[in-house]
Amino acid sequence: MEQKTLFFILAAMAVISALMTITRKNPLSGALSLIMTFISLAGLYFMSSAPFVGVLQVLVYAGAIMVLVIFVVMLLNLPEGELEEERIPPRRWVLAFFSLVPLGFLCIAQILSTDMKAVDSLGPNFGSVKSVGRLMFGDYLLQFEMVSILLLIAIVGAVVMAKKKL
Amino acid sequence: MESQYNLIVATLIFLIGAAGFLVRRNLIVLFMSVELMLNGAALVFVTFARQHQQMDGHVFVFFIIALAAAEAAVGLSILIAVFRLRHRVNVDELSELKG
Repeated sequence: MEQKTLFFILAAMAVISALMTITRKNPLSGALSLIMTFISLAGLYFMSSAPFVGVLQVLVYAGAIMVLVIFVVMLLNLPEGELEEERIPPRRWVLAFFSLVPLGFLCIAQILSTDMKAVDSLGPNFGSVKSVGRLMFGDYLLQFEMVSILLLIAIVGAVVMAKKKL
Repeated sequence: MESQYNLIVATLIFLIGAAGFLVRRNLIVLFMSVELMLNGAALVFVTFARQHQQMDGHVFVFFIIALAAAEAAVGLSILIAVFRLRHRVNVDELSELKG
């Protein structure tokens, strides 16, 4: 029962702050709401017995990536009002609503009609750093190395793109 | 039942991200909408990892997070390059590639 209450609190926090992210005029308050979403999602990961992923979410997503975003917003040093100047015609919200609601309706109907049996027993090591690490450096070793190459390319790309003269 | 709630939350977050991407015109907000969509996908991975009692989903979420970090680095440097050129961050003004 308590688990359920906690779940609904976290889920509501995640969805509401996600809505705030896309509706705030100022990207900085949007970024702060996004951090809120990430932290609530990390809570949901912990509740879904994925502690390693939850920790990664807080460290990398809410920590590193969002700090990068906020850092760039600050670095741009936009003049007063420039950040919030964007005017959104209500027509655009209506169009997005009508294009996405059918998709959401289909997804949720499908989810609700699928019969998923409750998970009764998970091993004590499920989702721990040790067991996920074993999998990552065993079955997924090649993919892991490819991710490191991807990150290297991203670093080089970022340095090249942010140079004074392209 | 808990899996289904998780999946519904993931769907909502993905759709909110998609809506933000369609509606907003500020490059920074578009970038954050993409992050929201990636997180919706990650939640689905974690949910099914639990449902099928296999941890492969957790490894995939790790890859998603690494991908998001790479995307953040490149995307934000593109943002800085665009801003240096234009002094604006509105995507509607970037239409040189339109034929």
